[in-house]
Amino acid sequence: MVENLEKHQGHGDQPLLIAEGLGKSYGHLTACRDVSFELYPGEVLAIVGESGSGKSTLLQLLSAQLASSAGSVSYRMRDGVMRDLASLGEAERRFLFRTDWGYVHQDPAMGLRMAVSAGANVGERLMAVGWNHYGRIRDTASSWLERVEIDIGRIDDAPRTYSGGMRQRLQIARNLVTEPRLVFMDEPTGGLDVSVQARLLDLMRNLVSELGLAAIVVTHDLAVARLLSHRVMVMKGGRVIESGLTDQVLDDPCEPYTQLLVSSILPA
Amino acid sequence: MNAPTYNFAYLDEQTKRMIRRAILKAIAIPGYQVPFASREMPMPYGWGTGGVQVTAAILGRDDVLKVIDQGSDDTTNAISIRKFFAKTADVATTTSTADATVIQTRHRIPEASLHAGQVLVYQVPIPEPLRFLEPRETETRRMHALGEYGLMHVKLYEDIARFGHIATAYAYPVKVNARYVMDPSPTPKFDNPKMDNCAALQLFGAGREKRIYAIPPYTSVVSLDFEDHPFTRYRFDAPCALCGADDSYLDEIVTDDKGSRMFVCSDTDYCETRQSQGHRGSESVAPHKERAHG
Repeated sequence: MVENLEKHQGHGDQPLLIAEGLGKSYGHLTACRDVSFELYPGEVLAIVGESGSGKSTLLQLLSAQLASSAGSVSYRMRDGVMRDLASLGEAERRFLFRTDWGYVHQDPAMGLRMAVSAGANVGERLMAVGWNHYGRIRDTASSWLERVEIDIGRIDDAPRTYSGGMRQRLQIARNLVTEPRLVFMDEPTGGLDVSVQARLLDLMRNLVSELGLAAIVVTHDLAVARLLSHRVMVMKGGRVIESGLTDQVLDDPCEPYTQLLVSSILPA
Repeated sequence: MNAPTYNFAYLDEQTKRMIRRAILKAIAIPGYQVPFASREMPMPYGWGTGGVQVTAAILGRDDVLKVIDQGSDDTTNAISIRKFFAKTADVATTTSTADATVIQTRHRIPEASLHAGQVLVYQVPIPEPLRFLEPRETETRRMHALGEYGLMHVKLYEDIARFGHIATAYAYPVKVNARYVMDPSPTPKFDNPKMDNCAALQLFGAGREKRIYAIPPYTSVVSLDFEDHPFTRYRFDAPCALCGADDSYLDEIVTDDKGSRMFVCSDTDYCETRQSQGHRGSESVAPHKERAHG
């Protein structure tokens, strides 16, 4: 029991998620092959690469939304036990998805209920795990709206009346309300203008460090990777061609493709 | 010339067996929506095609049938269905809740408590309680299978956020036998407590949606709510104008174009029974019943 508690709290030394030889092919078409890495609690990993390089497929494999053709993903559950995601039942997987994990979609309309008020959007996960007190659900929802800098006066408005940046922040609040340990983000700043992007990135960086979240961020924007992540994996043609500490990879790229990617950033 | 004859209770025997199998399965899994091969009936969808098929499948020669529509025995829908079975099954019909063995209902549960051996057949337009929050049928079925019902509370949350109270007044979601969340068909929420631990068998038929579900006798049926916003019944705060009942569900009847109105029992059998026992309301100096039939 004590040992378990230690595992749960002093988790810094054991990986949260392990991918081993992960691959996905559709017939003769290979979307992603032989990806292996370990993710530690509180660590932010960015997956960068051009369109079609297999980033999103990899994210779906890691979050068990897609069955892999090769390899495995294991995750350390809250009780400290490492479980192969493929061995989880559907009920367990869905429970994991709405408690211990978050998933931030590029398009907020995919991750939000657009016709339901912001408060209920944030409260849905709480109700799904059995919260049954309206006042407490609402209080928690408003404190989360505050944390993601949404005016409390808009709590009863549906997200379809929100701007793009607000929707994305609401989606983040909705995911973080159950205090997940791991958040998947698929191009979280895609489609937002530059100033809104900057504000969102700043917010995400603060939340991630405050809550000690681990995150896997898929992005084609190297600036996002530089700002948010500790480590970077560069993908091309379904393979990881380079990985390492973010500043190391971005400042001193080894692979020709990474050099090309880094040099394609317009100078400020 | 020989007039064409119907099989007993209109449907052919194979169809009735198919429906009975669905009913048995539904009784075995209280609140679970069982798919069945709903047939075309000689009436439009929305008029009770599901209820009629369930009734046809369970009706026996010595059954006594009562049909109500919004609590009333004498509206078009109720009379048509009663006549339909009187003609095709030659069964006895009644308007008395106590005398009936099978009661087909649209949107009400009779006020008089039901007794063991009776069957209450509901006509259901939309069997899926999660439909308006989650339009994908594949997803709602999965949610039922895994017992993921947080979404149902999202609807109640929205009600409170918008109106300050749970404003859902009919088709109020219930949890059956502590497992499945079920739409009790568009009955007023006033009737929800009557479903709990009811002595009669309750069957629900949705013709267009091709679903049958059931609540076996003496099964727990709990209306969903929040701890700080508990489920409440609702009725107009007035006694019935004809029989003086202060515990029955009331219809509001507009009596002129100057804003006058009266409240009368929606359950006509209950109201008439009380009047025949001598109960009187404010408008019952010359009871409408006698005038109508006089």
